[in-house]
Amino acid sequence: MFEFLTSLPDSSFLSRIQFAFTVSYHIMFPTITIGLSLYIAFMEGMWLKTQKAVYLQQVKFWMKPFAVTFGMGVVSGVVLSYEFGTNFSEFSEIVGPVLAPLLAYEVLTAFFLEAGFLGIMLFGWNRVSPRVHFIATCTVAIGTVFSSFWILAANSWMHTPAGYEIVDGVFHPTSWIEVIFNPSFPYRLSHMLLATCLSASLLIAGIHAYYLLKKKHIEFAKVGFSTAMTAVLILAPIQIIVGDFHGLNVAEHQPVKLAAMEGIWKTEKGADLRLFAIPDQENETNHYEITIPKAASLIITHDLNGEIAGLDQVSAKDRPPVSVVFFSFRIMLGLGGLMLLLGIAGLIARKKNRLYDFRPLLKFSVLMIPAGVIATLAGWYVVEVGRQPWLVQGLVRTTEVVSPLPAQQVAFTLALFVTVYSILFFTYLYFMRKLVLKGPADIHSLAEVEQDLPATLNPAQVDVGYTQEMSDYIDTHNQTTHLAGKGEK
Amino acid sequence: MDIALVYLLLIGFGILVYVLLDGFSLGVGIISPLLNNPEDKGIAMKSLAHLWDSNQTWLVFGGVVLFVAFPVVYAHVLSNLYIPIILMLIALIFRGVAFEFRFKADSSRKWWDISFAIGCTLATFCQGLILGALVGDMSSPKTMDDPVQWLTPFSIHTGIALVVGYALLGACWLIRKTENGLQQRVKELAKVLLVAMLFFMAMVSVEMLLEQPKIAERWLDWPTSLWLAPMPILTVYFAYKLWSLLNDNKEPGLKPLAYVMGLFSTAFAGLVAGIFPYIIPGRLTIWEAIAPDKSVYFTLVGILIFIPIIIAYNVYNYKTFSGKTSIKDGY
Repeated sequence: MFEFLTSLPDSSFLSRIQFAFTVSYHIMFPTITIGLSLYIAFMEGMWLKTQKAVYLQQVKFWMKPFAVTFGMGVVSGVVLSYEFGTNFSEFSEIVGPVLAPLLAYEVLTAFFLEAGFLGIMLFGWNRVSPRVHFIATCTVAIGTVFSSFWILAANSWMHTPAGYEIVDGVFHPTSWIEVIFNPSFPYRLSHMLLATCLSASLLIAGIHAYYLLKKKHIEFAKVGFSTAMTAVLILAPIQIIVGDFHGLNVAEHQPVKLAAMEGIWKTEKGADLRLFAIPDQENETNHYEITIPKAASLIITHDLNGEIAGLDQVSAKDRPPVSVVFFSFRIMLGLGGLMLLLGIAGLIARKKNRLYDFRPLLKFSVLMIPAGVIATLAGWYVVEVGRQPWLVQGLVRTTEVVSPLPAQQVAFTLALFVTVYSILFFTYLYFMRKLVLKGPADIHSLAEVEQDLPATLNPAQVDVGYTQEMSDYIDTHNQTTHLAGKGEK
Repeated sequence: MDIALVYLLLIGFGILVYVLLDGFSLGVGIISPLLNNPEDKGIAMKSLAHLWDSNQTWLVFGGVVLFVAFPVVYAHVLSNLYIPIILMLIALIFRGVAFEFRFKADSSRKWWDISFAIGCTLATFCQGLILGALVGDMSSPKTMDDPVQWLTPFSIHTGIALVVGYALLGACWLIRKTENGLQQRVKELAKVLLVAMLFFMAMVSVEMLLEQPKIAERWLDWPTSLWLAPMPILTVYFAYKLWSLLNDNKEPGLKPLAYVMGLFSTAFAGLVAGIFPYIIPGRLTIWEAIAPDKSVYFTLVGILIFIPIIIAYNVYNYKTFSGKTSIKDGY
């Protein structure tokens, strides 16, 4: 009955698949929440400044999808902080002295900060003043950015290690500045932060476009769609430029990865740009190529006849799986192009005063909802798969630092993760859909509730201590505001 | 002071704070099936909605400080206790998402109640298993290459003991956060749980003394036992104070929770005193396992700067949401 267990792939392969699966799953949620927290903070700032209820309506509406997505990010993230030890024990031992302090700083400066202020941001409306609430929202947003800073420093170090020495097979840090600000870090950090802002903007634009298409919540939708489309228009071209710089950085530090991205097997001068091809790892060639002559050399070396090192610069065992890198790269680029197109189309529609009723644009925007997240995932596959077979570029081979676990155990946990995560993902989509269908709270009720809110309900200011008074006060108060604010919950 | 010792204290601090804070969060989940109606369950969960994430972050803190200071231990313990660790993490997922989904659900609400209860109970049981596996492993001399037996009668006992202990923490948290009928209900529960917890603490202690000669030596030999004597005495004192509070009709506020936390702290101190200076009981001492200076000092600066700040805003968070929880709280 358990015969299939004897034919399992080895545990190192399973551990790698499990890590890839759990980390891919996790990154989707921060990709949305980092950008979304900045959007919510922006809208809340606008509300405080202008006192216009439309902005508060935006904050209150987006708070809920944010909370659900953030929760998914938290629960899937805790797994990762332990998975280094459970599945990559050798790696943790030898690289821990360099990477663990970066993760510690992430916990100290970001995780605690987010968690500590998230409660006030989500549940503190009736308990702190609007100004304190705004500070809480901004703090959560800053926490998410700090978190990306540290985790991308750690990740970048694995691509372009610096500031270390190897003593008895263990990596010892020599300069923290060099470790943190390693050569690929600035590019990776800006590329990822822009990616999260773009992903959130596309989500926000798409949901509002959906309301405009359905002719529901129109005034609400106009505010959000206009803001998000402006963001896409600005961010998409910047992202393409930053991405190009990132690519040049890869060419300098990880030429094998670059060759895989471009599908170049043999070192050549005046290399063609392969728009499409089916890479063939075994025969070290491509099939069905569609190319632009000399364009690859032009883009990377800024010279039509510049030389690009091919995959043949290293022996076959030191090459990544080319087709994964090659296709992921093209998926990312293609989606980036569509984002640029969406931004420009929005600009044209706006000039012609058709931004809110030009249906093809609105439909395009709805279709682009997942584009940011998919492009981000594809980008991560390019960089992470492209680094293989190394875990730390050129120094640590992935297969050599996996925990010596029995394959059955890893197969069991992998199956468990796939099952649990799949169920949760559909549940997540179900609740996101539900929140969207429910729409924003009525703007008039929002305004009344706000007038009712005493800023001094903050117990730090009204010291009612641990007595009955406080809850009675909140109870009676909530009853009145609750009636006025029906539909708000 | 010796840096390895500083880090042992820091990790001990992190684990203790985690056990005390997430202990009551998980404990609420463990006793939630014993609450009478959906509204009571809703209040119980809402009393935690704003802080479960902060409380859980201490687990990440403990893990990552262990990774910084003793990377060998982090790697060894986590890979050897693979199954209970992964099960604990998956259980914590069910606990976490229940908070997000329950209050947005209509028809599926009872499923999220189940997810919450099972997630909390399983996560706690796994933590107890891990503790029991590490402590129970001290009996015979072993090297780092021997596998750690994590499923033993002893580790199952510590698993159950922790479930009961967290449940008591959770009940005392709810005494503070609820009123009237619900408060009466959790008070009654707390009495039963207190008796059960004392029983399991005694059982696990006796087992440790019988099976672990090294621990027994430290606890029973004169004069070291004199130094350790305050711990059992404090345990009895806290248990007695808690028992009388639970039998009193006055509003007890935060006091019951404080006494249970006292019980946990003394038990924890007793455990550490028995194991010290090992970081993997019986196999590796803290001085053998400490990471390079450059790593530990760099991180220590951050810890010393940020931990006071973190404590400050967490206290602010608790104060903001102090008072009894109402079913209407939410966003």
